[in-house]
Amino acid sequence: MLKITVSDLNLHYEDFHALKNISLNIEDKKVTALIGPSGCGKSTFLRTINRMNDLIDDVKIEGLVMLEDQDIYNKDVDVAALRRRVGMVFQKPNPFPKSIYENVAYGPRRYGIKAKNQLDEIVERSLKKAAIWEEVKDRLNKSALSLSGGQQQRLCIARALAMEPEVLLMDEPTASLDPIATGRIEELISQLKKDYAIIIVTHSMQQAARISDKTAFFLLGEIVETGKTKEVFTTPKDKRTEDYITGRFG
Amino acid sequence: MSKNFKEKFAFTILALITMCVIIPALFIFSYIIYNGIGTISLEFIFSAPRRGMTEGGIFPAIVGTMSLILGTIVFALPLGVGTAIYLVEYAKKNLLTKLISLAILNLAGVPSVVYGLFGLGLFVLLLGFGSSILSGALTLSCLILPIIIKSSEAAIKSVPNIYREASLALGATKWQTIYKVVLPTAMPGIITGAILGIGRAAGETAAILLTVAAFFLPRLPNSIMDQVMVLSYHLYIISSQVPGMPDAIKNGTALVLLGVVGIFFFVATVVRIRYKLANRE
Ligand SMILES: Nc1ncnc2c1ncn2[C@@H]1O[C@H](COP(=O)(O)OP(=O)(O)OP(=O)(O)O)[C@@H](O)[C@H]1O
Ligand SMILES: [Mg+2]
Repeated sequence: MLKITVSDLNLHYEDFHALKNISLNIEDKKVTALIGPSGCGKSTFLRTINRMNDLIDDVKIEGLVMLEDQDIYNKDVDVAALRRRVGMVFQKPNPFPKSIYENVAYGPRRYGIKAKNQLDEIVERSLKKAAIWEEVKDRLNKSALSLSGGQQQRLCIARALAMEPEVLLMDEPTASLDPIATGRIEELISQLKKDYAIIIVTHSMQQAARISDKTAFFLLGEIVETGKTKEVFTTPKDKRTEDYITGRFG
Repeated sequence: MSKNFKEKFAFTILALITMCVIIPALFIFSYIIYNGIGTISLEFIFSAPRRGMTEGGIFPAIVGTMSLILGTIVFALPLGVGTAIYLVEYAKKNLLTKLISLAILNLAGVPSVVYGLFGLGLFVLLLGFGSSILSGALTLSCLILPIIIKSSEAAIKSVPNIYREASLALGATKWQTIYKVVLPTAMPGIITGAILGIGRAAGETAAILLTVAAFFLPRLPNSIMDQVMVLSYHLYIISSQVPGMPDAIKNGTALVLLGVVGIFFFVATVVRIRYKLANRE
């Protein structure tokens, strides 16, 4: 089933053409990996899907981004409501300087859940889903900043899951983590794809190959190639894709 | 010169400079406390002045100063923080915003007597508040507004953008993001600005001279529309305008003014620490 359909998406930062004629289908309950050299527009593309680019002045966006049957750039779209459906995990873990509990409860509180028992339940469920419950269950009221980097990133995943989104955007979620923490998060992603459409940006070819079902290769603002991960990695159609994934790029 | 020596040299110089700042301050404090402590008594604090202020206490002036400070905070803090929020979070980063920012900075350098005249013209006469606590607090608010705005602006700007992004990405609105994430994180810095403002307002005489301060009014105010005596102005009068004023009363008054400011500092610091801890927890 298709979750997101992007067609002919163009994005300009002032006069810089950052995304050129992007068309991509994102399937539900699958992991889609975005790969490509630095500065090619992966983060920019990711941020068009939950409209985080709206925060930047002088951005011009053309084209169609459909979340199921909703045109997310339609004037009538409630952006806050959209972002509840499309959760995001950032490259650098960015928990709020609040307690672990308050971090996870932040989203649900903002859209009006007040009952303590309901929040307790959401916090526990989200932390369990993000595979960090066992490590933090006795210190929920401690500062989130007291956690290690890997724990903080899983907390941020829990925080996004607490919204019960339909799509999860992850921008290099393991970039600042050691191999063990990375492994845990990859395991987690494989678990989570049972329930969500996941789009992950990564610079690690191995990671893309390990966890994703589909891969899109970005280059200078364009998608050069997209397809099943296995096929992109074993029999790339484009010479540039082959050069990139075999590390002969440059 | 070895690196080690340079390091030590720099450290020594900085330590000396710090001393040059701290020692005079310590000297002033101890001078005031040493000379004033003998005058402090329940009677001095809790009774009105008598016999042309040469006897009795200074209670009306203490109440006057406290109500002025409170009133000033009530007006200046929300207005100042609100302006800072607007400038940082909402205003487009264009020439107009820069000019406004610059204008606010310049306001901080305007002599306080000018604020006094402004307050007299606007609050006392034009708006008809008369010489009153209300007029005085509003005038002092204008005076400390630039301090509050600038320090709040700095505090709000220093909140990392990743917090804002995290909040918005969770489906929070812009205002929820400001109210629930940005302000609590910026609060210690905002309070520091408020503390500086309070200090400035409490010691002010020129700005209140024309808008609230009474020369001699040995009773308590009934409402914010009343005139009051004010410690700073009272101190000025008894040190320069009243012949034969006993030194003990002057020194005692100075110490009480210091104490009143100290009480506000203490409260502000406690609030500040609570926010700091809350941010860490
Ligand atoms: N706010 C902005 N204003 C102007 N140009 C920007 C802005 N953000 C990104 N760009 C430009 O758009 C291009 C794509 O940036 P983007 O961050 O999407 O790259 P990326 O593929 O995520 O790179 P990386 O792998 O290094 O994270 C870059 O050339 C960058 O300089
Ligand atoms: Mg990026």
